[in-house]
Order: sequence, then structure tokens, then C-alpha cells
Amino acid sequence: MSYSEKVINHYSNPKNVGTLDKAKKNVGTGLVGAPECGDVMRLQIEVDDASGVITDAKFKTFGCGSAIASSSLATEWLKGKSVDDALKIDNMEIVEELNLPPVKIHCSVLAEDAIKAAINDYRKKQGLEVLVFEERIH
Amino acid sequence: MLKLPIYLDNNATTPMDPRVLETMLPYFSEHFGNAASRNHPFGWEAEEAVDYAREQVAKLIGADAKEIIFTSGATEGDNLAIKGVYEMYASKGNHIITCTTEHKAVLDTCKHIEKLGGEVTYLKVQADGLIDLKELEAAIKPTTILIAIMYANNEIGVIQPVKEISTIAKKHGVLFFTDGTQSVGKIPVDVQKDGIDIMAFSAHKMYGPKGIGGLYVRRKNPRVKVTAQMDGGGHERGMRSGTLNVPGIVGFGKACEVCRLDMETDTKRIKYLRDKLENELLKIEESYLNGNKEHRLPHVCNISFKYVEGEGLMMGFNKNIAVSSGSACTSASLEPSYVLKALGLGDDLAHSSLRFGLSRFTTEEQIDYTIEQITTTVNKLREMSPLWEMFKEGVDINAIEWAAH
Repeated sequence: MSYSEKVINHYSNPKNVGTLDKAKKNVGTGLVGAPECGDVMRLQIEVDDASGVITDAKFKTFGCGSAIASSSLATEWLKGKSVDDALKIDNMEIVEELNLPPVKIHCSVLAEDAIKAAINDYRKKQGLEVLVFEERIH
Repeated sequence: MLKLPIYLDNNATTPMDPRVLETMLPYFSEHFGNAASRNHPFGWEAEEAVDYAREQVAKLIGADAKEIIFTSGATEGDNLAIKGVYEMYASKGNHIITCTTEHKAVLDTCKHIEKLGGEVTYLKVQADGLIDLKELEAAIKPTTILIAIMYANNEIGVIQPVKEISTIAKKHGVLFFTDGTQSVGKIPVDVQKDGIDIMAFSAHKMYGPKGIGGLYVRRKNPRVKVTAQMDGGGHERGMRSGTLNVPGIVGFGKACEVCRLDMETDTKRIKYLRDKLENELLKIEESYLNGNKEHRLPHVCNISFKYVEGEGLMMGFNKNIAVSSGSACTSASLEPSYVLKALGLGDDLAHSSLRFGLSRFTTEEQIDYTIEQITTTVNKLREMSPLWEMFKEGVDINAIEWAAH
């Protein structure tokens, strides 16, 4: 199996690798996946309280090239989006953008889950209600 | 000049030795005869070539030429040995003992035997990959007809105590079959000294062509027979019908001869390179060798680099270096290596493993490049790994409740 050029680009030059201060009230952290499954993704967002816009996003991922690329792409898409718009990111958009093959679709699902987990963490810190998402089988 | 890509996946297959190819070529064109054509020079020529190759193959493993059955490879050999013994010795019993780290060709054949009504015991291996001889002996019952334990493992290179196994088998009047695919041609294998009754092996793992292999079937003390799984013209003493693959057999013979003559010098050099690679890679923090260090093939090493995922790791250099990984992502099943899991490795370490297989064509320059590339990639990916960050901060990763998916 060979990777698409876009996956290789994100893998070789990942965008937004790093860590945000999770103690901050306007930083949301999502940690999804499990080491046993071979993928763990941590995605963080920093939100401007006044505008509700995501000003920064960072990730760290343990996983295959597609998992790294999916999270790198997700952080790029998150920056500048409002939290509400960020919730609309669908894993299939990631699949299309990166040309992921069927066996790698779970990487994109994981990225979507990480986004939602980070937003929920942010909402919790803000005293907002935690959103419930449909359970998915990865 | 270092030529890329570098091939370090020699447990999967080896490149053919040019000496082997040269020997084979005339048998595709000039000497094309069918070795079973007894009535004309074309057939005689082919038969003579096959006889000579059979001698070369037998000599490598200390067998008699009459004890070699040509097959299409080790998968066929494994099938023929296990199914053939099961059928041939049905009146004696129906129990087979094997172990959990065998190749799929053995494990799946054993599962097939179970469907036919046979009984199979799968011995667990110890943390270093070796079977426990006491457990083996305790598993033998009056209905046991066969012990099927591989000579050396394809993923971790661990060499089983073959002599001790055969002694136990003999003591209880049970036949001993071994899958010698990874060991024959690489380390001294002698069916007499090792007490092997049946052994499958393959040409393409020892610088010969693909599609040809051998099954050693003992003729004396005891005389072993296997029921044919391929019916037809009664070739190969009736145990394996089908027109002989003469060019393949000729190449297999030559490959065996080269291995026999060059083994000592090749092994010395390969082991030096393997040890260098291994020692340097184990200097990387949180890297672990999988399998017994001593009882191991000289050209193999399997290392887990904790907190990085194997496929992600390979992607960092797989344009330039070919290795294989126990990571789930490389397999269709999404399950990490069952061999590494059988050693008791957690899924995380199994996912983080790389297997290196060196050959007689591996150079020191290639090994130096590999060390440098792998070290750089491991470090780069760890900078990207949330697990590495947690480890560095002293967070107990096992204490986290991971959402299984």
C-alpha cells in the first residue's frame, strides 16, 4: 500500500505539533484512541473567549502516517474557525482531502473524535453543557 | 556510493544469488525436458540435473538424496507433512502438538486437522520465545502422533531446542516435524544430529528461486511416510505428484551448495553486522530486543521502540530501507503480530516493533545508514507522540482509561 502525496507531505512536515497549556480555561484538550489499538491522538484548541474563534490548535499523535496526517490536517482546519463551525468537520472531508484508503478511514474518525473531545473539554471548562455525540464503531 | 533502497527484509525473501540464476538459465531453454520422460535424451538430461540437485540439497542438511521430496515451497511442505502424517498414522492416533508462535502455514493446517476431528495442543512459549520442554513432554499422550515445532522463528529468529525436542519425541515414539524455512542454509542443520523425522524448507529464503522447496522425509530409524496431498503421476516416491520444476530444482540445489560452502564465512560477517545494528539501536532510550538473545539466528533482530507506532516509524524511511513491522496497520486484520503477543508483549510494544533481516549481500555502509535513519526517525516521531510526552512527565500510561475503539 502506498500513501497519497498529501499524507506524505503532512507526515514529513506536520503542522502544529506541540502542546498548549491545558491549565488555561480557554484551552480544550481531546485525547482519543488507545495504545493497544495502535493510535492515540491528542488534539488541543485555544479559543478566544470574546469571539468564540479558535486561535490556535496543536496535536501530538502516536500512530501510522495516516493518523499523523489526519491530525495535522485537522489542526490546520481548526485555526480561525468558530467552535460551532469546528463541530461541523466531518471525517469524510478528511478522507477526501488526504485520499485515505478504506483501511485508513478509522484515522479520520479518530481525528473527528479528537476535535469533538477537545471542544467538549473546552465547553466543560466554560461551564457549558457537554455535547453528546452518536457512538461510532471505529 | 550507497545504493538505495536497502533491503533488510530477508526473512520475507532473499534476492537470488547470481551463481544460482546462472545455473538455472539453461534449464528454461536448452534443457527443457520433463524429468519423468524416461525414453529420450531430453528427459535423461532433466532427470540427471534433478538427481544432482537432490544430492546438493540433501548434503546441506545431512540427509540421503532419496529422503528429499521436492515441493512448491515451505507452505506446501508444512501442509504435506502435517496432513500427510495425520492421514498415514490415523490408526495410531490423532493428536498433534505444536506451539503458538508457528508460521500460519502450520497453525492453519492444524486448525484444518481439528475440523477433520483431530486433536491439537498449542504449547505456549516463554517470554523469550522458547517452548518449555517439560510442558512439551507433559502434553504427550498415547494418541500423540506428531510434534510440530519450528526450527527458528520467522519474526524474532529464536531457535528452538530441536535436539532436546527430538529426544523427547523419540522417547515416546512420536514423530518430530520441524519447519526449517528460516534456519536451513543460515545455520548448520543436520537431520541426523538434530533427530528430525520430517522437515520443510524453501529455496527463496536462502538465495534460491521462489516456487520451489523441499520436504525431508526420514527413511530409516524410523521409516516415515506421509500420505500424498496431491494425487497424480506418482512422482517423488508417490508422496508428491506433479511434473518437476526442473529449473527451480536446479537453482535450489545450487543455492544449497553455495550456502553449505559459504556458511561459515557468511555467518561471521552477517553476525558482526547484525550485532552492530542491534547494539546501536538498543542504545536508543526505551528500545527493547524481542526474543531470546542467545538462541537466535545470526541475521535477525526484532526491536520494539516504545511510544512510536511501527507503521508510522517505517514511513519515515521505507522509501530507502525495507524492513517489516509487527504493527497491526501493516496487516489486513488490524491485529498486531501474534508472535510478539505470544511472548507476552503488550499491544503497545507489539505495535512498536521492527524486524530486521540481513543477508550475505548486506554491507556495513548499509547498516551504518540504517542506524542513522532509524535513530533520527524514532526521535522525530517521539517528539510527535503524546505517549512519549506522558512518559517523560512521569504519567503512568497504563493507569489511563483508554476508550477502546
